Amino acid sequence: MTRHPRDLLPVLAVAAAFLLAWKLLVVIGGYPTFVLPPPEVVAGRLVAAWRDGIIEPHLVTTLTEVLLGFAIGSGLAVLTGYELARSRLAERLLSPYLVAAQATPILALAPLIALWFGTGLLSKVIICALIVFFPIAVATMVGVRSVDTQLLEVGRVFRATPLQVLTRLEIPGALPSIFGGIRVGATLAVIGAIIGEWAGGESGLGVLINLARGSLFDTPLLFATLVTIAALGVALYWLILLVERRLVGERG
Amino acid sequence: MAVIGANGTGKSTLLKLVAGLLDPGQGQVTVGDRTVSAPDLGVGFVFQEPRLLPWRSALGNVSLPLELAGWSASAREARARDLLVLVGTDDIERLRPHQLSGGTRQRVAIARALALEPGVLLLDEPFSALDALTRERFNVMLQSLWRRTRTTILLVTHSIPEAIFLADRVLVLAGRPGRIAARVPISLPRPRTLTDLDATLVTDAAAAIRAAIEPERSPGSEPPSEEGVA
Repeated sequence: MTRHPRDLLPVLAVAAAFLLAWKLLVVIGGYPTFVLPPPEVVAGRLVAAWRDGIIEPHLVTTLTEVLLGFAIGSGLAVLTGYELARSRLAERLLSPYLVAAQATPILALAPLIALWFGTGLLSKVIICALIVFFPIAVATMVGVRSVDTQLLEVGRVFRATPLQVLTRLEIPGALPSIFGGIRVGATLAVIGAIIGEWAGGESGLGVLINLARGSLFDTPLLFATLVTIAALGVALYWLILLVERRLVGERG
Repeated sequence: MAVIGANGTGKSTLLKLVAGLLDPGQGQVTVGDRTVSAPDLGVGFVFQEPRLLPWRSALGNVSLPLELAGWSASAREARARDLLVLVGTDDIERLRPHQLSGGTRQRVAIARALALEPGVLLLDEPFSALDALTRERFNVMLQSLWRRTRTTILLVTHSIPEAIFLADRVLVLAGRPGRIAARVPISLPRPRTLTDLDATLVTDAAAAIRAAIEPERSPGSEPPSEEGVA
């Protein structure tokens, strides 16, 4: 994240170069708007769609799914990851299933989940939680395992209770690694919500994409929705960086 | 009391036994009239490495034992401040370990070990990572610390001058497994200064310690001894 106006310059330069390349591609390639709309058309459609209140309800739906699924999935993942790190038995019993679940494409599971849990909020939350779970559980496991045994010995010298070891040594020690998993998980949660909406749903940014592509045949709106989804992902990622900076801080 | 000896003679093991970090397996370790079975808050431990928590400030690190012992936040902070002053690092309380020099980190570690006013302080080659000059300053600091707190200090070291400068008695471990090869009393009056290290008394003691560290090959090997530590 930028602290100084001077640091903002390269960021803006890269953004400008991206938009320019996009525009050039449209002009040189001579693509019609329904194939690849130029950036200014997409920007105009984005503003118009917001003003008309087309995007906002869908964004709220998706955001709710993402936040709930992410919270539930990451909570369960941290608990599981801790258990995997501390118990060899748990790792031996659980990890084949975790890896198998991760290796099964969520895209293939989504219709099944929609079939079982309906096309409402619940099935999307489940899909988000599933997709978020694996990276965070693994990151937590690695993080807890990597907590310096020398620091744990310090805990023993001062007679720390198991709970104190957990809260004062293990959690803070594993936090940088856990946040590594959370960063990956947050962006995956957005993907999970879109996939869930594609598998069936009445509202959400994924539904809006299908609407724009299919019945409305409004490619600029499709792009405007994509921009909104990307912005949602970036916003979540930044929010997590912010929390991470507060909690982890500089450790050198 | 200082414990000196070559690598592998069990100096650190001895210290960890006294601290209750290792189980003796055979025999028993007593500190005062207490048989050691687990770590005790009456025994402070300074490791070879500072072992500070990288996510805590210097003050937070010194507060750790107080926090674990259930002190209130305000009492912790006041006590931790005093301790940092005691070890001569009062201006760095907000800094994290990675912002401190190796010597300062070890001072903070000493302050942390003293936090609960242990009757016995165990030091496991605490200055081995420091350069020779810093190390001398640390020895002077440790002496003045001892004069103020009167804590019994058991120091493991590789350095003969360090052992002589700090200790009333030097215990020499030799052999594998280690046994006590000599007990050399140091009668140098206190407070000692670094220039005292040139006195004849000192060179005699140094010669005695050196002789015990590397004895001529003795045929009879005694069983390892764990007696008479504290």
